[in-house]
Amino acid sequence: MEFKEFMQHLVNGTSLGSLYALIAIGYTMVYGILRLINFAHGDIFMLGAYITYYGMTYTPIPWWLVFILSAVLTGGAGVLLEKLAYKPLRGAPRITILISAIGASFLLQNLGVLVFGGRPKAFPIPEVMNKILVVGGISVSLVSVIIPIITIILLVGLTFIIQKTKTGMAMRALSKDYEAASLMGIDINRVVSFTFFTGSFLAAVGGILWGTKYPQLLPLMGVIPGLKCFIAAVIGGIGNITGAVIGGFILGLGEIMLIAFLPSLTGYRDAFSFVLLIVILLVKPTGIMGEKMTEKV
Amino acid sequence: MKKTDKKNLIKQAVIITVLLVALLLINLFMDSYQIRIINLSLIYIVLGLSMNLINGFTGLFSLGHAGFMAIGAYTTALLTIPPELKEVNFYMKPIVPFLADLNMPFVFALLMGGVMAAIFGFLIGAPVLKLTDDYLAIATLGFSEIIRVVIINLQSVTNGALGLKGIPQIRNIFISEVFNVKPQINLLWAGVSAIITVYLMKRLMEGSYGKALKAIREDEIAARSMGVDLFKHKVMSFTLGSGLAGIGGGLLAVSLGTIDPTLFKFALTFNILLIVVLGGMGSIMGTVFAAIIVTVAMEGLRFLDQAMDLGFFQTPALPGLRMVVFSLILMMVIIFKKDNIFFTTYAKVRGRYAKN
Repeated sequence: MEFKEFMQHLVNGTSLGSLYALIAIGYTMVYGILRLINFAHGDIFMLGAYITYYGMTYTPIPWWLVFILSAVLTGGAGVLLEKLAYKPLRGAPRITILISAIGASFLLQNLGVLVFGGRPKAFPIPEVMNKILVVGGISVSLVSVIIPIITIILLVGLTFIIQKTKTGMAMRALSKDYEAASLMGIDINRVVSFTFFTGSFLAAVGGILWGTKYPQLLPLMGVIPGLKCFIAAVIGGIGNITGAVIGGFILGLGEIMLIAFLPSLTGYRDAFSFVLLIVILLVKPTGIMGEKMTEKV
Repeated sequence: MKKTDKKNLIKQAVIITVLLVALLLINLFMDSYQIRIINLSLIYIVLGLSMNLINGFTGLFSLGHAGFMAIGAYTTALLTIPPELKEVNFYMKPIVPFLADLNMPFVFALLMGGVMAAIFGFLIGAPVLKLTDDYLAIATLGFSEIIRVVIINLQSVTNGALGLKGIPQIRNIFISEVFNVKPQINLLWAGVSAIITVYLMKRLMEGSYGKALKAIREDEIAARSMGVDLFKHKVMSFTLGSGLAGIGGGLLAVSLGTIDPTLFKFALTFNILLIVVLGGMGSIMGTVFAAIIVTVAMEGLRFLDQAMDLGFFQTPALPGLRMVVFSLILMMVIIFKKDNIFFTTYAKVRGRYAKN
């Protein structure tokens, strides 16, 4: 394989990995605090892409403002989801909440089919983003370069929030010890809402960027990316944000490189992440960055 | 044999005979649409119980059911489709010669489906069952997706994304000729499978194995210190559950007549999980009733997708509304009945984990 070609795959893999990382953070943040696999997260991602589609097609608002507004709106949808589907079940058996999460996911998908229609919609890509860049003989679409940059900016912002603000500190405290933190006067509902807002916001950004890269919207488009990003979170060590980002990049790069080097395995693209997941779970169940959990009797 | 045992045995025999006669009568005198729904309910009883064995009785949270059903369904289908129909099916890529002429009677094909699913259940379960809780759920879900992807890609064995068509349906020709009515789908296969499964589960749960499984569910560490071989029992329960899921999948394949990989998505696992949850984790009769109710409700709500005449105005057809209503009902049940849908012991044990 030529160097040029390899670089192209590398750029593609990095941008796919960034998308995975953005979505995986939402999973990992929620799991860190509530110990819940938010199955509906992939559908929040879908919602973000659709809201942007409607904003850009039916309103005169400039595209960059639509992007921001949609991400905020989707963040609000994430908060609403938590209030309706998870909050009433806080303290209920874990499996009940998990089933509620799966139910919420199916509800959002079916609502998507009902409201948005089952036919694919073409995502309107802003003209600026549609350019092709040629650097040293390598031609890549501008989108593939913008995606990692936006991801890095958002990650820096997120790290700042978590490490330097009071809310961030509360989040860390809750994920360390839920009960003790609540006894210390932390407003759990507020922190959980904030977590869902942030996670859904990032998922929406992921959905919008996904739309500019793969411009076809479907109500079920969130299912496979959702599962993969959850896997990314597990691979990196669930509950750990850095781990989720690493996991996202491993998955994205791995997937693109698998197709590039072994084209005969293209059909197994979706199985790749699951195989990786199972290998990781069997070798190191807590993931790359995860802490070892001790079994309490 | 004790007197009570004898009484019980007679009671059971009477119940089973009554059920079989009822099935025969239904088979003769109901229309094909109703028979189809009853058949589906019976299949879902088998599937629900197979999942309940793993998730409800043993307390392993597995989400891989669709994969095992797919294995059972494809095995049964490949063994019962006549050779000439196979040739028609595999027009993109010819079938592997070994399978081309392989054909056997339905009973053996169905059993083979179960055996194959059980073998895969064992092979997957042995490494994966070391995991617990959410990790197990995700790993099994992953395996079920891998099975699906492999089915899509193994075109010379499974016909890939095109699926298999023309799976011969089993009709009650003999009985219908005796009574001189139109032949229908034979309910006895699914019926007998359901009865056997219920009976098997009852016996299993009364015996020492069942007690060990329940002990694992209640508290793994306590069970281990009492000398229960955790791994052996978990693998056994998982293998048996997968095998039953394979039989359920085989029955489903035959009742539908057509299968393809999209059928065995996660949504199918979810349907069965729904039955298990609504019926109560670890409750046999609960699963039976929930299977019937869910299947009938799924069909009963079908009118929602069509255009409705409300008298004063006509609503347009809204494809998808049925599934929205169905998911909403499920969410309501889970949220408002959170304490009642589980057996209390189970909720108590799980509550401990929910806290931390």
